[in-house]
Amino acid sequence: MQILEFEKSVAELEAKIDELRHISDGSRGVNIADEISRLQDKVDKQLRHIYGRLTPSQKVQVARHPERPHCLDYIKVLVEDFTPLAGDRCFAEDQAIIGGLGRLSGRACVIIGQERGNDTESRIKHNFGMAKPEGYRKAQRLMHLADRFGLPIVTFVDTAGAFPGVDAEARGQAEAIARSIETCLSVSVPFVTCIIGEGGSGGAIAMAAGDRVLMLEHAIYSVISPEGCASILWRNASHAADAAAALRLTAQDLLQLGIIDQIISEPLGGAHRKPADVITHVGEALTQALGELLSIDSKSLLAQRHEKYLNMGKTGLN
Amino acid sequence: MNWLTNFVRPKFRALVGPKKEIPDNLWEKCPGCSAMLFKRELEENLNVCRHCGFHLKMDAKKRLEVLYDDGRYQLIEIPKVLTDPLKFRDQKRYADRLKDAQHKTGQQDAIIVAEGQMGGIKTVIAVFDFSFMGGSMGMAVGEGIVVAAKRAIAIHAPLVVFPASGGARMQEGALSLMQMPRTIIAATEVKQAGLPYIVVLTDPTTGGVTASFAMVGDIHIAEKGAQIGFAGARVIESTIRETLPPGFQRSEYLLEHGMVDIVVERKDLQTTLIRILRLLGKGSINKKAPLLTGPVPHGARGLRRI
Ligand SMILES: [Zn+2]
Repeated sequence: MQILEFEKSVAELEAKIDELRHISDGSRGVNIADEISRLQDKVDKQLRHIYGRLTPSQKVQVARHPERPHCLDYIKVLVEDFTPLAGDRCFAEDQAIIGGLGRLSGRACVIIGQERGNDTESRIKHNFGMAKPEGYRKAQRLMHLADRFGLPIVTFVDTAGAFPGVDAEARGQAEAIARSIETCLSVSVPFVTCIIGEGGSGGAIAMAAGDRVLMLEHAIYSVISPEGCASILWRNASHAADAAAALRLTAQDLLQLGIIDQIISEPLGGAHRKPADVITHVGEALTQALGELLSIDSKSLLAQRHEKYLNMGKTGLN
Repeated sequence: MNWLTNFVRPKFRALVGPKKEIPDNLWEKCPGCSAMLFKRELEENLNVCRHCGFHLKMDAKKRLEVLYDDGRYQLIEIPKVLTDPLKFRDQKRYADRLKDAQHKTGQQDAIIVAEGQMGGIKTVIAVFDFSFMGGSMGMAVGEGIVVAAKRAIAIHAPLVVFPASGGARMQEGALSLMQMPRTIIAATEVKQAGLPYIVVLTDPTTGGVTASFAMVGDIHIAEKGAQIGFAGARVIESTIRETLPPGFQRSEYLLEHGMVDIVVERKDLQTTLIRILRLLGKGSINKKAPLLTGPVPHGARGLRRI
């Protein structure tokens, strides 16, 4: 597992535990077991201490942790009968955005999400989760499909942002994002989104303008990356930590600002330490949110969604 | 509940007439051909270089003045929004940056909204002021678009928006990001009311502004030579290491790539807008009321040739 710089002390303890486990076959097994459990308590205590007070800049690192579960990890566990659907019917298939039909807790849904990949090969295949216009147009197509058949929409948001390239611009990246937001706001089916890692700017809101926005405890959601913000406002990307703090990109701040609706707790030490646990929690939260929305008639649902966004920004931070 | 049902009649500020002459002792260098331009002459030519046709940036109020009949329009007040909701501070406090920009421009924020007659058609126009923090879109700008849409629907008028913006206002964090869905809802409401929603993309229109209300118009007009795009050219060059093709992200490039309907020179903007609005307003199938009712008023007399 990749060790983040602020987790070094934990990593040292965990290495010691591993070492002890290797020699625990011997006769002094009981003493060693005691020592392991003592060290494990220490690890937990340290993790509780560190993760209980992560700075915004540390949260950025946790949110981007390569072993954090990604969109496809959630789909694999939570979605039965997942049937991926490809293509924007205009230009290409963009694997930065995964989408398809499937069942969440037994209910048929359309599931869409950004996938960053987890090794070099898959990262390239998914373009590091940075979609081009065709990706957003595929998402729109699938949202319309959901609308047509009355299927709820679930999205997983995890992207550094929309891909900034010449080809993306030529094919109308801005229009693709604008239309995706418009589609999110126009479909008359329940729409739940979960920010599982990094919610990067326009590329994120393009798939996140739904009825309920859930967010993992250590995920981030921002108008610009801390690095980008620092290089513009501080004229120096090395001020990224300052920018991360100033931008208020943590789930805790965003809940207070009314931008997200719910925080989903992560296991001790972050989602990357216990992926199975966090995936289960997310599944439960999504199912509950969908259940609540399914009881609302589609006209009120749409009106409430519009109200939600029009009313944002009425409360600042304390 | 529809947000239009709790529409509050906007308070009008003073009726604004044609602007006074500006001091004429200033020269400006043309970014296109480097010629030194006599500022008063430049203003008379709508801030377009006489030598090379380069379109320089234009003052927001001046735009309204040349668009509306006889230069007469009424400003629509934009309700106050929270100031500095994040208590944002970089090398300088955002609250101070705001005050400086307000002092420098005499505006509350980076957008002004007005109504008046254009070619005899009652029209609501929202114009960005690029000189106010780069025209960046925070809550006040978002509110400006929402108010403009409400007003257009209330008086059954088309909405024309002139973005000129570097994108979202970083100092308002995710609240500025949320102006993307907010402004799109506003645009949608105008379109659903059967009213034309026209976007005139001016130099520059980038980032979250392009990727929201600016790209969902019924008609997209781009002013000649404007920079329009999502990602900044420097970001593309530095992070992706791609060389940019000539004319990249300019109006003409967007026209070629199917993102705008027409590229128009500034001098032809008003006539183009009026012609389009008249044609759209002539549609009567399935429409409650045509846009243009009654006789063409005095201000539009000179428009017969369009
Ligand atoms: Zn020139």
